Amino acid sequence: MIITIASGKGGTGKTTIAASLALSLAAEQSPPPLFMDCDVEEPNAHLFLHPRLDEQRDVALLIPSVDESKCTHCGKCAEACQYHAIAVLGQKTLVFPQLCHGCGSCTALCPEKAITEIPDRMGVIERGAAIAGISFARGVLDVGEPMAVPVIRQLKKWVMALPGQVVIRDAPPGTSCPVVEAMRGSDFLLLVTEPTPFGLHDLKLAVQVGREMGIPSGVIINRQNGSYPALDEFCFDYQLPVLLRIPFERVIAEGVAQGKTLVEIHPEYADRFLRMFIQIASLL
Amino acid sequence: MKIVLTSTSQDIESTIDPRFGRSAYLLIVDTDTFEYSAESNPGVAATGGAGIMAAQSVARLGVEAVISGDFGPNAFNALRAAGVGMYLYVDCLTVRQAVERFKNGQLEQVEAPTSAGHHGVGNR
Repeated sequence: MIITIASGKGGTGKTTIAASLALSLAAEQSPPPLFMDCDVEEPNAHLFLHPRLDEQRDVALLIPSVDESKCTHCGKCAEACQYHAIAVLGQKTLVFPQLCHGCGSCTALCPEKAITEIPDRMGVIERGAAIAGISFARGVLDVGEPMAVPVIRQLKKWVMALPGQVVIRDAPPGTSCPVVEAMRGSDFLLLVTEPTPFGLHDLKLAVQVGREMGIPSGVIINRQNGSYPALDEFCFDYQLPVLLRIPFERVIAEGVAQGKTLVEIHPEYADRFLRMFIQIASLL
Repeated sequence: MKIVLTSTSQDIESTIDPRFGRSAYLLIVDTDTFEYSAESNPGVAATGGAGIMAAQSVARLGVEAVISGDFGPNAFNALRAAGVGMYLYVDCLTVRQAVERFKNGQLEQVEAPTSAGHHGVGNR
């Protein structure tokens, strides 16, 4: 089973909850779960799960390289490129690597065979073992690179779950392409929110993405502090099960700031996460 | 000489559009006769690479110079490859005024990108 933890709004506690769920399952299941940090722009799950990352692989995109001696500047490549990553300007054909999505259309359509593809590194994927026997993998996008999706996609291809191994994917914040890529192929979305107007607003967006992709979802309300009826009404109206409520507590904030997960701060949470997992399994 | 200016409408008396890639219109003006024609800018609705799209349009028009308020790195590199001179709107309100200032040599020529770029541009 693949569970993806997402939120819409950033800073709601995705990674804390994902790491806590992984540790709770690791104590009960064999094999322990596979944890994938898909927030490749700013991965931080290693702060909680302390993996030893002993395998690495570069992620590169194949970008076009134009042989000007063969190019007739016919413009077919520029016409084909929906990202405007290749352009014909007078007697020059220019490539803009950071707009290129590596689809290969320009290379395939060049009538003069003037385009070859060269790998352009954009990040790295890493894997190894973390605490409690958890299999750990993550992607890291290079600084200055604009596209996270290829790194997440390569990470998903490279890391295979063992038979019966639960996969926990920690998604990036937001609802744009990298989040969609992290969600794609998941069995369940665990949407972490907080009882604030911002939390609710971005939860609505995340729920819409999940619906569009046809993936069942449930909600965790983090930092619950009194009642915020609009959030509960939204979950009720959209038939979103509220699977866990975590109170707003100073001791939790202090523990997380020290790199502890919820189950290390409050050991009784391990049982709550396991019950939540059983509830998710029963929803599928 | 034929030049292109980014404008907010299709008329030479219209106000300038300071954006290059996402300007509403490209106005092609003959600096001797002030005869002009307008083209809509394909970059205006692009999800990305607007500056490159607009630059390709400008290159196809075969003009010698383009006047706008901002040239990001992609647009700058594309226009330079096409051999089109780039000039900045400085203290201009209308397209006609800008053409006059250009003819008087009062507009600043651009030798490097004038902004750090928008989406899709990092630092390598």
